[in-house]
Amino acid sequence: MSNWQWFHRLGSPRWFYYKTEGWVPWLAAVSGILLVLGTVWGLAFAPPDYQQGNSYRIIYLHVPAAFLALIGYYVMAVAGAVGMIWRMKMAFVVMKSAAPIGAALTFLSLVTGAIWGKPTWGTWWEWDARITSMLILLFLYLGIMALQAAFQSRDAADKASALLALIGTVNIPIIYKSVDWWHTLHQPATLKLTSAPTIHSSMLYPLLTMILAFYIFYALVLILYTRAEILRREGRTQWVIDLVKEEAKKP
Amino acid sequence: MSFQFDSLQDFIQMSGHGPFVWACYGITFAVLVYLVFSPLVRRRRLIRQHQAWLKQMDRVREVARQA
Repeated sequence: MSNWQWFHRLGSPRWFYYKTEGWVPWLAAVSGILLVLGTVWGLAFAPPDYQQGNSYRIIYLHVPAAFLALIGYYVMAVAGAVGMIWRMKMAFVVMKSAAPIGAALTFLSLVTGAIWGKPTWGTWWEWDARITSMLILLFLYLGIMALQAAFQSRDAADKASALLALIGTVNIPIIYKSVDWWHTLHQPATLKLTSAPTIHSSMLYPLLTMILAFYIFYALVLILYTRAEILRREGRTQWVIDLVKEEAKKP
Repeated sequence: MSFQFDSLQDFIQMSGHGPFVWACYGITFAVLVYLVFSPLVRRRRLIRQHQAWLKQMDRVREVARQA
């Protein structure tokens, strides 16, 4: 493929729709297997924490959900930027699809964090830097979903959402650094790019398994949401009309 | 690597942390299942809407032809 051909193909909703059709079962199978493996490993076979006992087993959901909530924001903001700069309509489809997924993952990281906080810190909620900045992340995701629904014109909705997504990226480094910059109840990061993890390998491997599972699950769900949104936006094009007629023949 | 609990009872209770841990796993998997099925249901519904629209267009064309 010549240097920029892939980029143009990626910009074609039809190409994306048909290309990803075959990926879905594989992504579903791999993420399903890894989720089950990581869950059983983390719940039953990883040793209990010497300080927190068994409540720490929530880490196997909390950290992957929070990871993907943040990465999902990059996905959404970068897609919004690409849509704005190159006027690529597929990028806006991806941006819109990333919002509800990111909101769900941010919600999960807040809820599992609250439930983990109760036996560990003695409180469900604390207005500290990490938790508050994650709550802002949730509102950013919800704000983009609301903006998408608020405009009659799809073009205006896409542009307004992309703008909010880009402004909201300011929040991301604040979330990362919040445990270092402010005094907080939240424990410091378990995994860092720049130094060795602060967790024993018997706990680390199931955690990495769950993070990988969530990554692949995220890819799967983003593709599913994007495919549905493509059908909605391209409903009057010939290839979708052909596809719909084809579907009608199926029992 | 071995099973970390003495019994199934012990596994469920997790020395008092059971309700917290199990609640997290329950809520998380419910949300993950929702995330998979919500776009699938949406896709089906859209295809049905498009089919209804196509039928309507056929009827319009039929009427126009007869007129």
